[in-house]
Amino acid sequence: MTAVQDAPAAPQKEIGRDRRRKEDQRLITGRTRWTDNITLPGMLHLAMVRSPHAHARIVSIDTAEAKTSTNVVDVLTGADLGEGQGVNINAWPITPDQVTPTHVPMPSDRVACAGEIVACVVARSAAEARDAAELVDVEWEVLPAVLDLKKAAADEVLAHPDLGTNKSAYWKFDSEEAGTGGNVDEAIAKARTDGIVIEREYRQQRLIPAFMEPRSVVVDPTGEQITMWSATQIPHILRFALAATTGVPESKIRVIAPDVGGGFGGKLQTTPEEFIAWAVARRLGKPIKYTETRSESLVSGHHGRDQWQRLTLAAEKDGTVTGLKVDLLADLGAYVAIVGGGVPVLGAFMFNSIYKFPAYQFGVQTVLTNSTWTDAYRGAGRPEATYAIERLMDELAVEVGVDPIAIREKNWINADEFPFTTVAGMEYDSGDYAAATARAKEMLGYDELRAEQKRRRESNDPVQLGIGVSTFTEMCGLAPSRVLGSLDYGAGGWEHASVRMLATGKVEIVTGASAHGQGHETAFSQIVADRLGVAFEDVEVLHGDTQISHKGLDTYGSRSLVVGGEALVKATDKVIERAKPIAAHMLEASADDIEFSGGRFSVRGTDQGVAIAEVAMAAFAAHDLPDGVEPSIDSEATYDPVNFNFPHGTHLCAVEVDTETGGVKMRKYACCDDIGNIINPLIVSGQVHGGLVQGIAQALWEEALFDESGTLVTGSFVDYLLPTSADTISFDIDHTTSPSLTNTLGTKGVGEAGTIASTPAVVNAVVDAIRHFGVNDVRMPCTPERVWKAIHANDGGDPTERAAMPHFGDEDVAGNQETPGASSTEGAGA
Amino acid sequence: MIPTAFDYLAPTTVEEALSALAQHGDDAKIMAGGQSLLPVLRMRLNAPEMVIDLGRIDSLRGVRDDGDAIVIGAMTPHFEVAKDPLVTEHAALIPKAIEHLADAQVRHRGTFGGALAHADPAGDLGAPALALGAQFVIAGSGGTRTVGADEFFVDLFETAIGEDEILTEVRVPKHTGWGAHYEKFVRVVHQWPIVAVAAAVRMDGGSIAEARVGLTNMGSTPIRARAVEAALVGAAPTDDGVRAAAEQAAEGTNPPSDLNGDADYRRHLARVLTRRAVVAAAGG
Ligand SMILES: Cc1cc2nc3c(=O)[nH]c(=O)nc-3n(C[C@H](O)[C@H](O)[C@H](O)COP(=O)(O)OP(=O)(O)OC[C@H]3O[C@@H](n4cnc5c(N)ncnc54)[C@H](O)[C@@H]3O)c2cc1C
Repeated sequence: MTAVQDAPAAPQKEIGRDRRRKEDQRLITGRTRWTDNITLPGMLHLAMVRSPHAHARIVSIDTAEAKTSTNVVDVLTGADLGEGQGVNINAWPITPDQVTPTHVPMPSDRVACAGEIVACVVARSAAEARDAAELVDVEWEVLPAVLDLKKAAADEVLAHPDLGTNKSAYWKFDSEEAGTGGNVDEAIAKARTDGIVIEREYRQQRLIPAFMEPRSVVVDPTGEQITMWSATQIPHILRFALAATTGVPESKIRVIAPDVGGGFGGKLQTTPEEFIAWAVARRLGKPIKYTETRSESLVSGHHGRDQWQRLTLAAEKDGTVTGLKVDLLADLGAYVAIVGGGVPVLGAFMFNSIYKFPAYQFGVQTVLTNSTWTDAYRGAGRPEATYAIERLMDELAVEVGVDPIAIREKNWINADEFPFTTVAGMEYDSGDYAAATARAKEMLGYDELRAEQKRRRESNDPVQLGIGVSTFTEMCGLAPSRVLGSLDYGAGGWEHASVRMLATGKVEIVTGASAHGQGHETAFSQIVADRLGVAFEDVEVLHGDTQISHKGLDTYGSRSLVVGGEALVKATDKVIERAKPIAAHMLEASADDIEFSGGRFSVRGTDQGVAIAEVAMAAFAAHDLPDGVEPSIDSEATYDPVNFNFPHGTHLCAVEVDTETGGVKMRKYACCDDIGNIINPLIVSGQVHGGLVQGIAQALWEEALFDESGTLVTGSFVDYLLPTSADTISFDIDHTTSPSLTNTLGTKGVGEAGTIASTPAVVNAVVDAIRHFGVNDVRMPCTPERVWKAIHANDGGDPTERAAMPHFGDEDVAGNQETPGASSTEGAGA
Repeated sequence: MIPTAFDYLAPTTVEEALSALAQHGDDAKIMAGGQSLLPVLRMRLNAPEMVIDLGRIDSLRGVRDDGDAIVIGAMTPHFEVAKDPLVTEHAALIPKAIEHLADAQVRHRGTFGGALAHADPAGDLGAPALALGAQFVIAGSGGTRTVGADEFFVDLFETAIGEDEILTEVRVPKHTGWGAHYEKFVRVVHQWPIVAVAAAVRMDGGSIAEARVGLTNMGSTPIRARAVEAALVGAAPTDDGVRAAAEQAAEGTNPPSDLNGDADYRRHLARVLTRRAVVAAAGG
């Protein structure tokens, strides 16, 4: 037994190192296991027959011709699959009486949105399946469809006639009822007499997650466990859903999320396609693959956002906020997706943001329409909240006549007031809004740009400059199971991790988080390398396979590091504890005298020690272990946080608006995010950059639109405008550090921060640039046409809100026929 | 997405291509760079039984000098056209337009003739070809004919090329020493233009002696802004000097209304972009 004399020099600390991502070699070259790369012996391919109609009854489906097509094995309809196909579940009924249409993966009687699957072809190749799918003849009886959110809320045309209403659920939070604040109506009434009331209606347009890898699923029914590979964010939840609704015991199901190419929330669904592939594979007893096309993905993968926000902010004359009332209409689409109506509820606690509102009320009406179902999209609820409040704070600043940063400063929670319980009942653990704001201002060159803005205004420059502010916070790390339980969420929010000490001193860690591009393999290796004092290269991260990672709640809601990372820390600490008695035995010392540091167990006060790898080997050999000690130091932990964590930051954006064309050009973007301690700065920068682009894209480019018959007009990337790197500028990013107090690593979520913060920063900048033309809003996306028409709205041309409309022989685009938002500003102080 | 099955021929001469076209008639489709054709096939908006690939016909590729014109082979890829010294010297407007056309991959595969034959009203090459008075050489079983730019563009995605014909080359009259600019207005870089303006200007002394202006996406075909051209003669090459002429840019246009803007907004853009294009062209 060796007792090494000289302790090796402590390796460089891994946490805080900007390690290149170890997974990138395979992800970027594509030499890896994307689901669509998986080929099994005897595998058959599926092609889907989808509804072109938003709402129609299926009169008949003639599959005869398709069945005779070359190499077609079978053609199946909803009637063929019957009950065994399971259902796509809603895991979060937000109220006990929520109206929830049953979502059968392949309906046999009626479709409720375009893109819904009514038949599928099974063939020996994907091309033959596609060819035959064209031959399936469906006779439709087209039913009246409702696409527009406000019209749907009026219940004139029903998305599901048998339900009797389109209104799914009304969920409310009131600070007075909750005992967390005052009465909002009183605050507003008072402000109407001697203060300022800002009333606005904002539109959160519909977005499409547009992950890089289209969804794909392979099902192999030939083993004892039926195995499903899927391009999913949620292998564990998917297994549960399959077991719960298709009658296959959970123990007979293995779900694998191999490398997954992005999700942004778009892959946290259990999809009809997965369930259909599952049912077909079981029925035929053969492996089945289905990979969607981009066109299918855009119409049938869930969409995001889509809200109307009616907002009332009350303040005193000096700009001190006194109340906030939020009234949302949220479009669920045709079905209530897995999180579904929970998305706006996730925003319910965030409209008050970093400000000390004494009274607050939030209500959301979720509504069914004959459109693609909606669910979480990067930020999920919080971008909507942040957008609303940050737009309102700019409007308040204008009313009061002060700089938009000053109005925020007046109202935000000061650094010495943490922990702070908000009017929405959340306990913010840490933060320093002033510090982040000061840094962001410095990076942007705020004062110089304000001076330039003034010059351009005075000289009537055709190019006007606008500066947008967004001082955001969000709640991250889904999440405390108790909180989720109190909100009637269908699952908990814990995470699981285990650490396996291999005989050769290498380490395998298993996490229940399910990375799909985030860089968990790198960041988690860094955490464990430091904690166990082993080399970064010696740590392998295993995830995404229910046979390996048997327990987990997957990746979304900026939870993987703050919840999953913490589970890992706990499992790692248990390894050390388990190793101690063995190390003591090896060192012929008492376990009480053993200390662990830098990967070595040593006897306190001596230079006697053993490396953890040696202990692992000793445990493996098990030749000489102390009595009663198990021959293993592997450990696992399940961690359930007690609270969310609340990253925050200040984002400042300067845009140039070409007043002749309405074109918006980003001039500078600076942000300082406080995300607590940083494990890997490079990964954090990547998350911030990508997040920013996605948030900026909502402000300027992206919008999903249907025409009246329910066809997705933005059904390809020609019309659904995703930005590329050529459309962005270099961002200036930095961080202040207020470690989170809710986990031992002191980390906060960063996956969604950029997306949440940037959208209002950009729109505030656009409005700021043209406010002197009498403009106080431009609807998203702020297209050049909308901006240009906003500028000219007051000179006798089209009204601003008309400008916020796309044009398709005019009135036939859904989401745009409604009367535009009432925008009134009242205030005795104004 | 997967196209329907088709047969494929890759002839090495124009004659072979023409006889294949004659043989298969309606069921055949010519493929140049495939950058517009393949998306159509993959989305199953068209399902030809035979695809005739012109990619191996060497005689259709390259640029040559032909006295008072340069001749661009239909199969010359965009990136080759843009860097060809004859083109940059005598038809500088074309490289200016190609600079903003799609992305590098598309510019390497897509061809000059393919883009013009496709006749997308939002395509970037129609307006420059029209402005420069290009002539289109079209080969058919009966021989070769030449069509002027004014007759070449017939309608949306429709040209003077007959079903059994092939566009072989495009003759562009030399505009040596003319200033040129292509002003393309987009929301994201990789987009087809919402509106674009192609301008070529010959300066004499300090003022504009001659101008050619073509408009992209202001109607079902590229449009020549002749009223603007006439009004520009003698104008000073400044914003103010050009403004009045540019105001006529939308005359006689019939722009579409879509997600990127309604017809009125496009008319407005045409005026602003025309002014900018002409001033930039005049400035070098
Ligand atoms: C992502 C993307 C972005 C793009 N963006 C732009 C843009 O911004 N601006 C722009 O102008 N274009 C754009 N394009 C189109 C591009 O310019 C194409 O290259 C062009 O439109 C077609 O050229 P091609 O050589 O690929 O022709 P193909 O796609 O092969 O053919 C197009 C059509 O023309 C016919 N045809 C081709 N050659 C001949 C011939 N010699 N004789 C008779 N008929 C013929 C074909 O039968 C077919 O109908 C884009 C394309 C893509 C894929």
